[in-house]
Amino acid sequence: MASNDSIAKETEASASTDYTKIVQSQSFQELLRKKRNFIVPLSIFFMVFYFTLPILTSYSKVLNSYAFGAISWAWIFAFAQFIMTWTLCILYSKKAATFDQLVKKIVKEAKG
Amino acid sequence: MNILAFILFLIIVGLTLVITYFASRRTKTTADFYTADSSLTGWQNGWAIAGDYMSAASFLGIAGMVALSGFDGFFYSIGFLVAYLVVLYIVAEPLRNLGKYTLADMIAARFNEKKVRGVAALNTISISTFYMIAQLVGAGALIKLLLGIDYLYSVIIVGILMTVYVVFGGMTATSWVQIVKAVLLMAGTFIISIIVLAKFDFSVIEMFKQMKTATPLGGDFLNPGNKFKDPLDTLSLNLALVLGTAGLPHILIRFFTVKDAITARKSVVYATWIIGIFYIMTIFLGFGAAAFVGYDKIIGANAAGNMAAPLLAEAIGGDFLFAFVSAVAFATILAVVAGLVLSAASAFAHDFYGHIIRKGQATDKEQVVAARWASIGVSVLSIILALFAQNMNVAFLVSLAFAVAASANLPIIVFTVFWKRFNTAGAVTGMLVGLVSSLLLVFLSPNVWSPVEGAAIFVGEPLFPLANPGIISIPIGFIAAIAGTLLSSKKADAKKFDEILVTANTGMKDPI
Repeated sequence: MASNDSIAKETEASASTDYTKIVQSQSFQELLRKKRNFIVPLSIFFMVFYFTLPILTSYSKVLNSYAFGAISWAWIFAFAQFIMTWTLCILYSKKAATFDQLVKKIVKEAKG
Repeated sequence: MNILAFILFLIIVGLTLVITYFASRRTKTTADFYTADSSLTGWQNGWAIAGDYMSAASFLGIAGMVALSGFDGFFYSIGFLVAYLVVLYIVAEPLRNLGKYTLADMIAARFNEKKVRGVAALNTISISTFYMIAQLVGAGALIKLLLGIDYLYSVIIVGILMTVYVVFGGMTATSWVQIVKAVLLMAGTFIISIIVLAKFDFSVIEMFKQMKTATPLGGDFLNPGNKFKDPLDTLSLNLALVLGTAGLPHILIRFFTVKDAITARKSVVYATWIIGIFYIMTIFLGFGAAAFVGYDKIIGANAAGNMAAPLLAEAIGGDFLFAFVSAVAFATILAVVAGLVLSAASAFAHDFYGHIIRKGQATDKEQVVAARWASIGVSVLSIILALFAQNMNVAFLVSLAFAVAASANLPIIVFTVFWKRFNTAGAVTGMLVGLVSSLLLVFLSPNVWSPVEGAAIFVGEPLFPLANPGIISIPIGFIAAIAGTLLSSKKADAKKFDEILVTANTGMKDPI
């Protein structure tokens, strides 16, 4: 009986993943670093870019001058927000493919 | 009554009921009911997310705001779209990896305590209910205008239909109704945009030129500052718009309808394209309505400008286009309220009933039954509330939903995934303080109090000067979550955080 119990315990222990070991592994740290290096600067960039528009329109009239015909800089900046969103979407999709590769590697290593 | 519009309404209702019938045959387990068994593709879910997002408030509301206030209405379009970068970069993938059916599941993956789950469910139900009342009040007013049916009956008809979709078809029906509606909405908006552009000889420069003289605002129509005059309020609105989406429960549960984080990411990318193209077209809707319907007629039909898009369709495309756009607006409301019922009912049935009352011991069949009853309960409650809210300004309910989502949900989602020290006390404090502070600030705001009789719910000076509470309540939500964590004596479980970190980033988790 006793030996059966200890065998059961052992299989249970090996069935549950050692997450701390995965976190400390080189591949996982690389994934975290790569993600951070992409997401943090670009998030700061899009927030700054986004808030520049309402700040400029609220506190100044610089964007009211015309760029093309009757289209003012405020509209150009507004359209630029759309371009920015789509561009950052594409960039992330491309970058995320490399994250996916790393994730595959980490899962493979964890399953040994 | 417009007979053509009525026939198209019936066709759309018929189509959605056929979808529901087929979906109901596939809805047997809880996974089917809550998440369509995670079987949607990225492309399908992208359309469904776009559909959930392009609500009556976006379609009718933004078109009206651009028509009446020019540039300022476009702030909503920009904020609603840029918000998807927050969803894509920070929320979507970890949420998919950690959660199962509801937002509370994700937070409970780290803090598996009843009170965390309970408070998260409370937030979901509050936000969904505010949003739903806003949509139902809008639906009632719209159908009354279009078909001449009484407000009372309009709300009841919409209420019954949304209940049928959710109760019988669960997430499968809700998703497909959403997809069909999103495609119809894009098609309708595209047709109107092309006709408007054609009237300006397909020249955007010519369109802007003519808009300088087309409205009572004159040249100012094209400049910012017609609607949003207080800088702080403008910034506060923009903050809630960009951060609110990432905390809206009915958007968040859409990430559970796909099989993994990669598909979740793809669906956000597709959604961002669809939503972006749609919001660009709101310029044509708004400008077109201002130029070809006219300020007086838009205001005459609905003081908030909500009828601008249907009226524009009538002005440039005659009865058929009017009927089509009206029917699509109706389908939009139906689909969005169905999504909202589902998000509130999941929180009730899965979190309160399944995990708190039955302690996770309920059988799958019992849970599906509970989810269906919860859907009926949520629907009945929101129909009753919508009947009382008939004369309420719906914009305030929507701004409230966004503010609560950004103040109460977003800090917790972010800290759960990214902050090692974060603990149960911080999660509970953050969620409750975020909820209460945003509610309180709105109830003290000019949305509720106005010295001019009829302009708000009560007559009096507002104690809080901003119509949008975000700039105060969002930092309060974050600070409360941090303070709750640091003041609590309980240490965070470092091992648990390692597990969360791995699961959030890789999707790996132990079989339960």
